[in-house]
Amino acid sequence: MKPAPLEFFSAQHGIDPALLQRVLAEALGRGGDFADIYVEFRQSTSLLLEESLLKGSSESVSLGAGVRVIAGEQTGYAYTNELSLPKLLEAARTAAAIATGAGRSGSVELVARSLPSRYATEQPATQAEITGKMNFLRVADQAARAADARVREVRANWSDEQRQVLIANSEGQLVGDVQPLFTFGLSVVAEENGNRQSGSKNLGLRAGLEAFSVEDAQQLAREAVAQAAVLLTAEDAPAGELPVVLAPGASGVLLHESVGHPLEADANRKKLSVFSDRLGEKIATELCTVVDDATLPGLRGSLNVDGEGTIPQEPTVLIERGVLRGYLQDRLSARLMKMSPTGNGRRMDYSCIPIPRMTNTFLAAGTADPEEIVRSVERGIYCKAFSGGQVEPAVGKFTFSVHEAYLIENGRITKPIKGATLIGSGSEILQNIVAVGHDLVLDRGAWTCGKGGQAAAVGVGTPTVKIAKMTVGGRRAS
Amino acid sequence: MSKQIEVIADQVLRWARTAGADDAEASVHESTEFSAGVRMGTVETLTEAASRGLQLRVFVDQRMARAGTSDLRPETLEGLTQRAVERARLANADPFAGLPEETGVVPETETLKLYDPALEEWSAAEKISLAQETERIGLNLDPRVNNSGGASFHVGRSRVWLVNTRGFAAGYRSTGCSLSLHLLGQDGDQQAQVSDYWFTAARQRSELETPEEVARRTVERVRRHLGARKIETQEVPVVFEPVLAAELLSDLFGAVTGNAIYLRRSFLVDQLGKKIAAEGVTVIDDGLLPGRLGTRPFDREGVASQRTVVIENGVLRNYLCGAYSARKLKLRSTGNGTGNGETPTNFYLAAGPHAPKEIIATVKQGLYVTRLIGQGVNLVTGDYSRGAFGLWIENGELTYPVHEITISGNLRRMMEEMEMVGSDLQFRDQIAAPTVKVSSMSVAGK
Repeated sequence: MKPAPLEFFSAQHGIDPALLQRVLAEALGRGGDFADIYVEFRQSTSLLLEESLLKGSSESVSLGAGVRVIAGEQTGYAYTNELSLPKLLEAARTAAAIATGAGRSGSVELVARSLPSRYATEQPATQAEITGKMNFLRVADQAARAADARVREVRANWSDEQRQVLIANSEGQLVGDVQPLFTFGLSVVAEENGNRQSGSKNLGLRAGLEAFSVEDAQQLAREAVAQAAVLLTAEDAPAGELPVVLAPGASGVLLHESVGHPLEADANRKKLSVFSDRLGEKIATELCTVVDDATLPGLRGSLNVDGEGTIPQEPTVLIERGVLRGYLQDRLSARLMKMSPTGNGRRMDYSCIPIPRMTNTFLAAGTADPEEIVRSVERGIYCKAFSGGQVEPAVGKFTFSVHEAYLIENGRITKPIKGATLIGSGSEILQNIVAVGHDLVLDRGAWTCGKGGQAAAVGVGTPTVKIAKMTVGGRRAS
Repeated sequence: MSKQIEVIADQVLRWARTAGADDAEASVHESTEFSAGVRMGTVETLTEAASRGLQLRVFVDQRMARAGTSDLRPETLEGLTQRAVERARLANADPFAGLPEETGVVPETETLKLYDPALEEWSAAEKISLAQETERIGLNLDPRVNNSGGASFHVGRSRVWLVNTRGFAAGYRSTGCSLSLHLLGQDGDQQAQVSDYWFTAARQRSELETPEEVARRTVERVRRHLGARKIETQEVPVVFEPVLAAELLSDLFGAVTGNAIYLRRSFLVDQLGKKIAAEGVTVIDDGLLPGRLGTRPFDREGVASQRTVVIENGVLRNYLCGAYSARKLKLRSTGNGTGNGETPTNFYLAAGPHAPKEIIATVKQGLYVTRLIGQGVNLVTGDYSRGAFGLWIENGELTYPVHEITISGNLRRMMEEMEMVGSDLQFRDQIAAPTVKVSSMSVAGK
């Protein structure tokens, strides 16, 4: 069976296997070890509600193709948003300029490969009537305002996209994938006696519209309001070194930053990571098993195929019981490191070169009872929601902004605190994970990861975790 | 042969009218980019491309919808335009929606120096060797600075054309280039690796810093992190070097946009005319500075660029608005509109009287910030808390580096306590600031 995107690009733009072969032959016209072409058509819709008004909607179309030539460690890249044969051949010649040898003779036979099906899409969101999506925003607005009289402002947004991608390479592979993605988000401001606080929630899945309902929108609205309400009563966070307990789910972003980024193969190959050359070493406590898994169905980071044609076949174990087992690989780094690609070569769109990226990254479940974990802390903080994080992979230092957190006093979660930032180093945090709960939650939040100017939809997750000590940046001496 | 962008834009407006739009606005751009990334002497990536794109807004009975595409074939554009008009009818009527009533006098683009033909004369080989040269010099300045994350060079050229159904039709072309270097260092095998980067960006070839300059600044920045220590949690004065002070300004920008104000998502709501910062603080947004990175003749709604004083000697004078937020707030557009919020032009903290050394000399015990990471800024409350790297100041002198700390405070109070402003303002980016000193912040460490 022909991949659906091949039918689409063939009917709409005359792009068939013969044409792709010609472009690939042109790309290898000056030698080069490998060439690929990535053709993409992305349709997206977005909607915004503010001040209880549906203020606008947008439809975007992004169409283009990128041709890549790899020669040794070097990559030549060119893209175009006109899919005519002359433009594609021109892009191929431009990309080929990286190589300086004799052309290869003969062309490759492209064989279409079938892909797994990891995102069931009964009702593709991008083709659905817009009125239903508008309704999500309206009911969320009503639910938020009904939940608490102190709510002053509600901003809700919906976006969805459908990407058709077709990837052909000089090794004869031809794959096509249709990738859905939707995001619902809202943020509220609550005000009381001049004190204004915000709360926000979002949800993102690689699935069809059937995976989201009016009830989901209402529930997320109430959760955002509850968060703002908690912050209205919050005190300034303490400052200093304290034990930290991470709530299950969204706190997984801490692993994403502190462990995931430093385990991307490009940084390790170039010795730009604190974990370079440490495969087989014990880098974490035995409680830690960290996995990146694109094969999970329907999550935000799930993929049938990465941005360069590699099909993720199984979860990639990065750390197994504390021992460093693997890196997040793309084709280039895998070849140079003599390892196998792991299906983590992703690209933001046709204008970008694929680079190693995370998909769904999480800490595997342990055996501890989450309540016991909290009870074991005399004085510390309990982190429930983060607004973001950043890492310096080369030095392993990272930071997280905690949006919703509580003090733990004598083994009990007590007062809410605000304005906390956590800072530490990836290698130390892994040595300081002293308890891992049995309650793994894969978060459904709309996480977007940035690297080298490219955004990627990712998933995060974690069970309840206790970190013996971390530097908490707050405004109050602890 | 592809159609001229002017022709495409006009056609889209006609389709919008035919479909029933009262008003419409189309902006088309065509750009080319070239970038070279090198590492350890070898070219790692070479990217070259030309692209085009169109953005459209339509209004029907004060209802708005937008569309965008990189596919400029007529069949795509016509369908997209018609669907936008249909979708606009489904939005809520909003009396504040619409094109700007007046766009002002668009300045002569020639005087703004946005375009440098010299950039086109650079050959690919010259551009690649600029990046290689920068990295090579950087790796030979200090044996402790011994690994590279790569150097890159980027050149871009673009032309935009904006039209609307109220008769606005204008465009301009611009160029930009940048050179950056990322290096790492280590003081002996057992020590932790440190890393930093430096960059230069300009519209004119002659304004770009030399490879020597970029290499020297990068190496200085890397080696000053070597041997970093942790410090105790304490309240101390904090000095921000210019690029970090510019990050504070970037946070401030978010709090003075019309969009944040009418949504009450800013700690500066209802503060016009009030003293919100120290006497020495004057903040300006100026889209007319010749040759600067944020300079442009008009904003994305066609409103002419201007110079807007945002904070004058500590007093909040103006919010920065596009047409929509201006109507909501009964103000005038300041030429910062995107059709969807606001962007800065050249947004900067005006230079003060103090040499940077003189500022550091006033601090007995304190922090000189050299790097900030993370997004711990809440614009609704002004609460500020970010991860930091820096140099410890003792008795008026920079001493050892410090790491794994966070600095926290509240932006409103930090502005009030910005007691010294440096004389070293440089327009490195669209948002710029000189060295500043905040009299007290909470620094969390051990």
